[in-house]
Amino acid sequence: MPSWIAGVAKGAASIVVTLLGLLAITFFMGRMLPIDPVISIVGEQADKATYDMVYHRLGLDKTLLTQFLLYMRDMLSGEFGEALFTGNKVSVDLARVFPATIELASFAIAIGIGVGVPLGILAAVYRGTALDHIARFVGLLGYSSPTFWLGLMGLIVFYAALGLVAGPGRIDVAYIDMFEPQTGLLLLDAAMQGEWEVFGNVFRHIVLPGSILGYASMAYISRMTRSFMLEQLGQEYIIAARVKGMSRWRVVRRHALRNILVQLVTVIALAYAFLLEGAVLTETVFAWPGFGRYLTSGLLAGDMNAVLACVLIIGLIFVGLNLLADLLYRLLDPRTR
Amino acid sequence: MSEVLLNVRNLRVTYPGDDGDFRAVRNVSFSLGRERLGIVGESGSGKSTTGRAIMGLVQRPGRIEADELTLFDKQGGKTDLRAMSERGFRALRGQRLAMVLQDPKYSLDPVMRVGDQIAETHRAHLRSSKAEAYKASLDMLNAVHIRDPERVYGMYPHQVSGGMGQRIMIAMMLIAGPDILIADEPTSALDVTVQTQVLAIMDDLVQRRGMGLILISHNLHLVSSFCDRVLVMYAGQVVETCEAGKLHEATHPYTRGLLAALPQLGNRRHELPQLQRDPAWAADL
Ligand SMILES: Nc1ncnc2c1ncn2[C@@H]1O[C@H](COP(=O)(O)OP(=O)(O)OP(=O)(O)O)[C@@H](O)[C@H]1O
Ligand SMILES: [Mg+2]
Repeated sequence: MPSWIAGVAKGAASIVVTLLGLLAITFFMGRMLPIDPVISIVGEQADKATYDMVYHRLGLDKTLLTQFLLYMRDMLSGEFGEALFTGNKVSVDLARVFPATIELASFAIAIGIGVGVPLGILAAVYRGTALDHIARFVGLLGYSSPTFWLGLMGLIVFYAALGLVAGPGRIDVAYIDMFEPQTGLLLLDAAMQGEWEVFGNVFRHIVLPGSILGYASMAYISRMTRSFMLEQLGQEYIIAARVKGMSRWRVVRRHALRNILVQLVTVIALAYAFLLEGAVLTETVFAWPGFGRYLTSGLLAGDMNAVLACVLIIGLIFVGLNLLADLLYRLLDPRTR
Repeated sequence: MSEVLLNVRNLRVTYPGDDGDFRAVRNVSFSLGRERLGIVGESGSGKSTTGRAIMGLVQRPGRIEADELTLFDKQGGKTDLRAMSERGFRALRGQRLAMVLQDPKYSLDPVMRVGDQIAETHRAHLRSSKAEAYKASLDMLNAVHIRDPERVYGMYPHQVSGGMGQRIMIAMMLIAGPDILIADEPTSALDVTVQTQVLAIMDDLVQRRGMGLILISHNLHLVSSFCDRVLVMYAGQVVETCEAGKLHEATHPYTRGLLAALPQLGNRRHELPQLQRDPAWAADL
């Protein structure tokens, strides 16, 4: 399968190019923003000697090219410097906030796929019926309501008024010492250690923000599934399968679904990327100690190290998801092999 | 023509449209025995739609109506296709009624191995095991003169040629041994030698198994030399039915026009005569 290998090689090459581009952009962003990195370290009142010392230590007296090469070396080895607003190394902070966001986004995408795909298929198969209209309406609602507004409403109704779910944060303080986080994905950690009480508490925390984020991606996924499905159901090979004497649902499952899988993979990867993006607002509303909130705080504090590292990581995630979708695409569609 | 397999009386297919209903098939009547029945007619005359209506596969919002649409089995039992439920149709399709669709390129699932698509019909109707269906599929591929069936079994539709695709389609539709096969332009993508082979396969089934064959085609020559009887369709109606051998004696002006328009070897004409259509032909008969 030489074309397959070529595809992977092309993917790898595109990752390298994108990475270089990202590094260049973040580097120049760092130089061009009106924030003096020295002053954010030493403070406004520092004397000239201290200022010069830090200036030298940061390598700002070297040529731009040398600076860029040094910057590349640091970034590639995960050496993002210190985050001044937390006092930790950025890499340490990221290792802590990242799993929180991944867990939230994965919970949401599970809802998005689990509800969105079946709903889209039903809407396509029963096109034009009440079911189709309801599915479309539900989707439209998810499309047009801002997630932070839904978040606030959700908190007011389900947390404050009904007390059905837990409030902001990932876990109640009382449960923190009851288990040892290993992966940082608390649901997984709790389940692996058999701490079902902790699991329950974590679940009650994640269910509201996760569902609200999931609703938005469900709306997107079901709409795309419907239109892909409609396109396939109009094809001749669907009629051919019916001529063979297969039931409508069997044709949908064995033929149409397999054909839209290829396109769905791309849509799901995109939806996941949107989720990470959407997490910025949702995390703020729900005080979720994740990546989005970390980035917001870093921006507000003018902390270049933290912000640049975050931008770099977001870029990498997009490239990674794209590459993954591309690989799956090749795997699923015999025509691309 | 011996015993009757299918009886069609006043079949009508209507597609509702924005400016009134479109009557794609108008009062088509014929009966089919263990024979080769040809349907010819120009593009859009309703040939495929007639076939699909018999299969119960006219896409919504199209409507099928008929005064009679009866399928007969070997014991002389009757099945009224008009009253057939979707579930009932499912049991008939593939096993008793089959149809080779017009375009093999689009009629095969692009992401499934062609062999599996053939085996699928076998498994659905004969409740066979995977191994049995595989074996039967290879036999079927052999029967439609495909060389190296093991290799072809594992190919995807984009890897097979047009002619192979058409034969795979035929294998897929014949594997459950239907009583009636509707073949919609089954040889249009084939070169002349393969065309002859494919026709021979179907002819064999008619002769040996007593299958009833409806051959839809544009090709008047082919139909008149291969079939027993020919229906000529124009604008949704059957304008003429005749014995294939006596096609040259046809009386309807449309059929005569078609015959006159055929290019003939050895008879050099500078220009092929164009068919002059008479609006009266489209009027309800
Ligand atoms: N789903 C549909 N909706 C509306 N009109 C349709 C539909 N399917 C077919 N028709 C119309 O019905 C008429 C007959 O179509 P049909 O496919 O049966 O023609 P045909 O004789 O098979 O032509 P060809 O030789 O080109 O295959 C055409 O005018 C076509 O436009
Ligand atoms: Mg046709």
